[in-house]
Amino acid sequence: MTLLKVSSLAKKFGPHAVLRAIDLDVQPGERIAILGASGSGKSTLLRCLNFMEMPDAGTVALDGQVIGRRESELVKVRQRIGMVFQQFNLFPHMTAIGNVMEGLRTVRRFTKADARARGEKELARVGLADKAETYPAHLSGGQKQRVAIARALAMDPELLLFDEPTSALDPELVGEVLNVIRALAEEGRTMLLVTHELGFAYHVATRVIFLADGTIHEQGTPDEVLKHPKKERTQAFLARHKEFSL
Amino acid sequence: MSYRWDFTPVIANAPLLAEGLVNTLKVTGVSLACGLAIGLALALMRLSRHRVASWPAGFVIEVFRTTPPLVQLFWFFFALPLIVGVEMTPFLAACVTFSIQSAAFFAEVFRAGIQSIERGQWDGARAIGMTHGQALQRIILPQAVKRMIPAFMERAIELMKTTTLVATIAYADLLFAANELSQKSFRPLETYTVVALIYFFVIFLASQLARLLELRLARSGESTVH
Amino acid sequence: MKWDFNSVFANTDALLVGAVGTLHIFAICLVAGLSLGLVVGLGRYARAPWFRWPATAFVEFFRNTPVLVQILWFYFALPMLLPFEISPLAAAALGISLNSAAFSAEIYRGGIQSIEPGQWDGARALGMGWGQAMRRIILPQALKRMTPALTNRAIEIFKMSTLASAVAYVELLQQGKLIASLNYNPIEAYTTVAVIFFVFLWPMVQFTYLLERRLRRSE
Repeated sequence: MTLLKVSSLAKKFGPHAVLRAIDLDVQPGERIAILGASGSGKSTLLRCLNFMEMPDAGTVALDGQVIGRRESELVKVRQRIGMVFQQFNLFPHMTAIGNVMEGLRTVRRFTKADARARGEKELARVGLADKAETYPAHLSGGQKQRVAIARALAMDPELLLFDEPTSALDPELVGEVLNVIRALAEEGRTMLLVTHELGFAYHVATRVIFLADGTIHEQGTPDEVLKHPKKERTQAFLARHKEFSL
Repeated sequence: MSYRWDFTPVIANAPLLAEGLVNTLKVTGVSLACGLAIGLALALMRLSRHRVASWPAGFVIEVFRTTPPLVQLFWFFFALPLIVGVEMTPFLAACVTFSIQSAAFFAEVFRAGIQSIERGQWDGARAIGMTHGQALQRIILPQAVKRMIPAFMERAIELMKTTTLVATIAYADLLFAANELSQKSFRPLETYTVVALIYFFVIFLASQLARLLELRLARSGESTVH
Repeated sequence: MKWDFNSVFANTDALLVGAVGTLHIFAICLVAGLSLGLVVGLGRYARAPWFRWPATAFVEFFRNTPVLVQILWFYFALPMLLPFEISPLAAAALGISLNSAAFSAEIYRGGIQSIEPGQWDGARALGMGWGQAMRRIILPQALKRMTPALTNRAIEIFKMSTLASAVAYVELLQQGKLIASLNYNPIEAYTTVAVIFFVFLWPMVQFTYLLERRLRRSE
């Protein structure tokens, strides 16, 4: 049963059509890497999936049910979809564990004790059990992003959306975050990953999508798209990312 | 609601209200002009390295920012004449009070404006041989003044509201005219409502003009936001 | 010239009564003004236009009209529409509170807007509604930033309490007027009142400077 079904998704910003008629089926367990040049609509696509941006046209269905536009419904849908941002967006006035617990307490109405227990488990999973009481201001970029991942995981999402999770990190901190994402992939979690880390995408993704001009220009297995791209624009894009070598 | 509205006494006495408005603007104008001049002097004294200048300036600024304007007005109108032996008209008392009050406010704005000009400007000026005074006059102040225009406008508008206090010492401003008219006509509701609306329109207009001016300045490349 | 402070000291109880009156109206207007201001400030930020427009109108009107005019309107004009009188305290408190609400609404709005959109993203992605995001994530961060401006507002409210003397509410300035007229010593009377206000307000002003410095350092 298709986990997420996107049909004819379109989004405009002013006169500029960022997404045109995107169709996408996501099966459980798939790991989809979304590539494209800046401005190709990668982030917008991701943000439309949990309605952080409102699509202008098209539908998104989760577990066979089309998602409506009412805030009360969207709030529930977002509990089932986890999102990790480029800029982490951790809550600075809460500790690491506070951040992880926040969704559970405020949205899922867990008791403090239950939320705490779950929070500690998730922080341990991303390797930051000892930083539970630390505030974000005292964490490195890589640590912040790992807390953000723990925060998303605590909600038991059916689907994870990663919006360029390592683009804002110093190079030496990228690895720790990618390791966490790889571990999640090996667990079989369904995820969509917008990234510039082509090597990582090659090794972790089950499918690669290349976006250009607001549509899916090319898609296929990592081997097909990254090693033997058929379309010219894909080839041009990959050529520009020469540091990627297999 | 069985109240019967009757605006005729208000309309009939429009000249009285107009004169009041003019007097309000007179006090505002005089106080702003004097306040600017005194404020600049206070700011420079405050920034001076000589304590004999910075202390008294600091004292005046603190006192006038930390006491209620109405108390200051009463003091200047009732108390000062007895100390100095000078006859104080309401107009004079109002202008003196609001000038010094505005000066205290402007002094801080001037000080912040002057201090916000980067050291590099001072260095550039002194490097070509300017004295402190010349640098201040030719390089620093012109730039500082541009940055302070929004604060100046804000204060001008604030002052238009504060001048209503003069009605309490029987100066014939717009509010005083309203009081008189309300008593004469036995129509306080209509009188005060109309006067409130007059104040609103005049001050709202001034605020919008100020906002326009800010936008113009921002567009012309002179950003007043720092 | 002879300064005669004795007659002032002889009237300490009158001044005390005045001080109580000042603090009384200050407390009322502080609570009413800042709470109503929060409601209006959130209203300015709301997505529904039928919340935004009235809130904006309220702010524009009460920021652009002098407080004294409002106080006199509530005292002289409003009773014409109502079957009962409005006390000096009620009139003054209404005028000052509504004015303060309008100013603090702008402080709240500015504070909320200064929180980066990423915080809204983080909250909404977890499934929080507007109210939850405001309450748990946005406002706690915004309030910290707004404390200096709100303390300034409190200082202004304290100073505005003197306007209540225009409708003969018994506060410090009113008592000062009384003492001055009974003892023919306006210099001593008004100087004393000024000093009392200074003594009350100066610590508050210094506290605001401290808050501002603390805030600048932590950001």
